[in-house]
Amino acid sequence: MFPTPVEKKSRAYALSYQGLLPIALLMWLAPLLAVALFSIKPDVDFAQANYWGLPSSTDGLGNYWKVFTASDMPRYLFNSVFITVPTVIGAVALSCMTGFALGIYRFKGNMWVFFMFVAGNFVPFQILMVPVRELTLDMGLYDTKTGLVLFHIAFQTGFCTLFMRNFIRALPKELIEAARVEGVTELQIFWHVVLPLMKPAIAALSVLIFTFIWNDYFWAVVLTQGPDSQPVTAGITSFNAQYRAAYNMMSAGSLVAALPPVAMFFAMQRHFIAGLTLGAVK
Amino acid sequence: MTSVPADYATAKSGWWHRNQQSMTPLLLLLPGVLFFLFYVIFPIFQSFNLSFYEWDGLGERTFVGFYNYEELYWDDAFYVSLRNNLIWLLLYLLAIPAGLFIALFLNQTVVGIRLYKSLFFFPFVISQVVVGLVFSWFYDPTFGLLNEMLGFFGFDPINVLGDERYVTYGIIAAGLWPQTAYCMILYLTGLNAVDPEQIEAGRLDGAKGGKMLWYIILPQLRPATFIAFVVTIIGALRSFDLISVMTNGGPFGESRVLAFYMFEVALSEYGFRMGYGAAIAVVLFLIMLVYISFFLWKMARDERGA
Repeated sequence: MFPTPVEKKSRAYALSYQGLLPIALLMWLAPLLAVALFSIKPDVDFAQANYWGLPSSTDGLGNYWKVFTASDMPRYLFNSVFITVPTVIGAVALSCMTGFALGIYRFKGNMWVFFMFVAGNFVPFQILMVPVRELTLDMGLYDTKTGLVLFHIAFQTGFCTLFMRNFIRALPKELIEAARVEGVTELQIFWHVVLPLMKPAIAALSVLIFTFIWNDYFWAVVLTQGPDSQPVTAGITSFNAQYRAAYNMMSAGSLVAALPPVAMFFAMQRHFIAGLTLGAVK
Repeated sequence: MTSVPADYATAKSGWWHRNQQSMTPLLLLLPGVLFFLFYVIFPIFQSFNLSFYEWDGLGERTFVGFYNYEELYWDDAFYVSLRNNLIWLLLYLLAIPAGLFIALFLNQTVVGIRLYKSLFFFPFVISQVVVGLVFSWFYDPTFGLLNEMLGFFGFDPINVLGDERYVTYGIIAAGLWPQTAYCMILYLTGLNAVDPEQIEAGRLDGAKGGKMLWYIILPQLRPATFIAFVVTIIGALRSFDLISVMTNGGPFGESRVLAFYMFEVALSEYGFRMGYGAAIAVVLFLIMLVYISFFLWKMARDERGA
């Protein structure tokens, strides 16, 4: 292990390490903690310039209540759910298929198709912006959740294919050979042999894509407008306009918007980290 | 591969059965590939094409040849964006050593370390929009935490986001926060896989600290470093959310980057100049293409080796 484990060092060293950890964490998360503090302050505190002291009363907890009852935030949150969940399902389903096809079979152009997905996945969004906006308008899907979902599925399929294909590549080939000898059809191999083995990859990708899509801002702004279809990332900016200078409300709103991916991360941490690191390393 | 009994093969000798080995991949690829071509690949070419037109998004398109590029050549805002893109590119890379540093700091097995690792990773999971808002308050000249801290040490307050000299650096610092968290996770995973025998061997040879890190640990972390590089560079070139949320390109357009300027030109009150926007996007794409090609080249080489 590197660096040397603290327990092998002197007692003073170990103790100062243990002491340093929480301090480092506090410094690292200081901006976030500040926002958390803001979010539970009543309006009075801001009027009296009590920015950094403790909240003068517990009325500030009502900020969260107000976020849910007196603003469009719940709608934005629902929109985010209805954009994110179908995208995750769609992109993961499509990439299970493409990943299987590219990972198992040797055919002409295999590499080229794979490279297309990989290269497309790195493209700057701006080169797609105008044409994709036009496409979406032409299909009558501008300012709808469907329009956003369709694009997200297509784009995420690039990254997901890279991920799935590398994962399937690492599976033992003998399993598939054996199934073929048994006379199992190719589609059955996909469904009954490979798909069950892909569960960890599916879990990892799902959490990862969930976070990516939940946090997307650019496409939300380009393809939608208004509380009928916009996700919470775009919503929070209009919330910003609505509650200009109401820092406590804005802070509460931001934390609410950030919570779902954070909760997802904590619930499925192992898969999330596996996903991040497995994506490009074989 | 011909170990299937002959009678079995003839019993089920439909066209599909005979051809399924070659048809299955096609069938499974089709939806994904079509979708990707439709929404990602074709639009790239459409953008190239569009960059030769003058178009407001509604009326007729007028072919103008290389005029948009010519205009770009004389456009000061373009050079400001390009310069800022370069600054982003260089400074964003700090996330890699910073991530390595934090990973080394956290790579211990003490009580509660798992929780510490996940809390350090926190910023990456949060939307850049929220990161942007959080940092705008952090920088706020009247009550921001930054100026409180500066005041504590006896410095004058600075308005980071309102000052054209600091604004880009301020935004990059905000972006480095989640990016460092990401690099940290890559390195923590990499450190887990470091070969303990090599460390022991290094110790016997008297290597420790910096020498050990440089000669024994870092070479083994090469895959992690490679991904960190790729992802960080692409992240730097894609920077849009933070700028849009924190400054909207200001003050005086000084915090623009190509990705943001393109959006501004094509889709905001500054006028719907789709062709001009497309030309900016093409420039950005060509810059990114350098990295994409490098990545593909490396991948192809690894595949051949495998």
